[in-house]
Amino acid sequence: MSELVIKGLTATVAGNDILRGVDLTIGSGEVHAVMGPNGAGKSTLSHVLLGKPGYEVTGGSVTLDGKDVLALPTWERAQAGLFLAMQYPTEVPGVSLFDVMEASFDASERSSSQLQELLESEAKRIGFDEKFLLRPLNVDLSGGEKKRNETLQLGVLAPKIAVLDELDSGLDVDALRDVSRRVEALTEDTNLGVLVITHYTRLLAELRPDYVHVLAQGRIVETGGPELANQLEDTGYAEYAEEVVTTSATPFASGIDPADPFADPLA
Amino acid sequence: MPGADWRQAWAASAAEQAMPSTESEEWRYSRVGELDLEQLTPQNQPPTASATDPFDSIERAATVSVVNGWVTSVSLDEGWAAKGLQVGPSTTSADRELPVDPTVFDHLSLAFAPDGVSIQVPDGLLVEAPVVILNHHTGGGVASFSHVSVQVGANASLSIVEHQSSASGGGLAVPVVDLAVASAGRLEMVTVQDLAHDTWQLGRQHSTVADQANLSVGCASFGGAYARLRTDTNLTGRGANGDLLAVYYADGTQVHDFRTFQHHSAKDTTSDLLFKGAVDDQSNSIYTGLIHIHPDGAGSNAHQTNRNVKLSEDAWAWSVPNLEIENNDVRCSHASTVSPVDEDQQFYLHARGVPPTVSDRLIVSGFFEEVIARFSSVVVQDEVRRLVDAKLDRRGGAAS
Repeated sequence: MSELVIKGLTATVAGNDILRGVDLTIGSGEVHAVMGPNGAGKSTLSHVLLGKPGYEVTGGSVTLDGKDVLALPTWERAQAGLFLAMQYPTEVPGVSLFDVMEASFDASERSSSQLQELLESEAKRIGFDEKFLLRPLNVDLSGGEKKRNETLQLGVLAPKIAVLDELDSGLDVDALRDVSRRVEALTEDTNLGVLVITHYTRLLAELRPDYVHVLAQGRIVETGGPELANQLEDTGYAEYAEEVVTTSATPFASGIDPADPFADPLA
Repeated sequence: MPGADWRQAWAASAAEQAMPSTESEEWRYSRVGELDLEQLTPQNQPPTASATDPFDSIERAATVSVVNGWVTSVSLDEGWAAKGLQVGPSTTSADRELPVDPTVFDHLSLAFAPDGVSIQVPDGLLVEAPVVILNHHTGGGVASFSHVSVQVGANASLSIVEHQSSASGGGLAVPVVDLAVASAGRLEMVTVQDLAHDTWQLGRQHSTVADQANLSVGCASFGGAYARLRTDTNLTGRGANGDLLAVYYADGTQVHDFRTFQHHSAKDTTSDLLFKGAVDDQSNSIYTGLIHIHPDGAGSNAHQTNRNVKLSEDAWAWSVPNLEIENNDVRCSHASTVSPVDEDQQFYLHARGVPPTVSDRLIVSGFFEEVIARFSSVVVQDEVRRLVDAKLDRRGGAAS
């Protein structure tokens, strides 16, 4: 059993407080969905967990099975068992998926003698065309192919906890089903713990969450079961977003409505 | 230059030329001011040294060895010879002329270059195996002047692979290459420059591409103390195309200096330049390039891209692309970047569990791959990858 424990996590980006005390615990085999309005800090949370440059942790702690994650460089966080499926997977020209997976295996002294077969079987499972295995990483892939590629790597690397940052954005219905079923299967096959960051509920139809959390204003403001996601589908985030509008400062002159900045001020 | 004593005449005219100065735009950022010709001696008789062949697994139509500018051996496949391919020492050295914007080094080349390599492909002959040129410099204070002249006939095709090497001990290499591709002909020439790190090089390449003809010129530069190459690509016939490729990787205190001209002087001509370089330690690179669309170049399509990755704080890459357009009916683009290893790419690989030293190797190798993959010979591709890896090994070694 593994456990990712996030306690009182605060972080800034370019001097702005984005995370204002996040508390979350994700255990093996559990699926936690973090939902919330735009600008709530969802992607920041995912980036901070993996140590992306440009984000400064100002307080709190993150541990994976008791190990201080925040003290590790990004690659060691990954080797410790954290995985991030990125919202916008980066194109890496001239570098193949195989080379990256092999380098990751080498760093953990895991044999890559079966890697090619593993890549092929994972590709088949999620309907990722094998010809893309030879392409430079993410180069010239469509949005959906990139997300299948992220999911493929998740299957190959077999981490303890996966953070899926808007895995559903840019996905068509078929890809959405393939990707979410694969992740769901991993929670059973390898006891993967999952933190799903999403704006919409459609991903959660196949990848059924045990817990749904609402992140607003940099904090978890509500936690519930799967029914909370359905409720959000009906009501939206207005209840939480309202507060965002009233407290966020606008750099614009008075007369501009931050909720509708393109409104004609003379109307 | 006419007359029996034409070499002496060129030597005399060379003596009247001033050394280039970094005060001129053409030589700005260069190290030419450090060059002392008085410390160097031209090779005035055939040397005994021989060149090694890193491409020995290439099946070829011919191999030419050149040492200090002297053609020391030629082996030409009988089958290709029977079909009319000619490879051998030039018999027309006296007819050579000064190139555009001549410098003292061009005068010296005319005065001191021994009879160079002449390659001629008759009309209609498709030479399916490459000609390999092994161009070696023995170092040790020698000034060597080599000359390669290639003429590809109409509807003919040829590929040339050149390897440049040198022994350490200083010295100057001045290689001059003249390429001419006739109507609908094709020529690819790739040069792998792996000179010793204390050899100076001041190279020039001049090409003319006739109507519907295709020229692809590639350069992979790894060696040299100060290695400069000026290329003038003249697209003179309607529909002519020129692809210009370079990979360069400088470290230590090396300087790699490229100056390119893409001249579009006929209708519907196309050119595509892609130069990618890395600079590490205290090294520098210089790229200055000009796309010149002449008044007769309507319908031309010209691209010029120079990308540089800066691997150390103390390294620098100058990149100055330019356009001169004298006809409005054209499509031109130029792009230039100088930046450290991409942070987002690093993060992506790190997030997959790849350690930083390995991720940077992968990213830098991958950065060059876009160019390397366009060299037609797999053997050449592998040799260039090997030289990139060797540079990256030095880097890894220096860091640990």
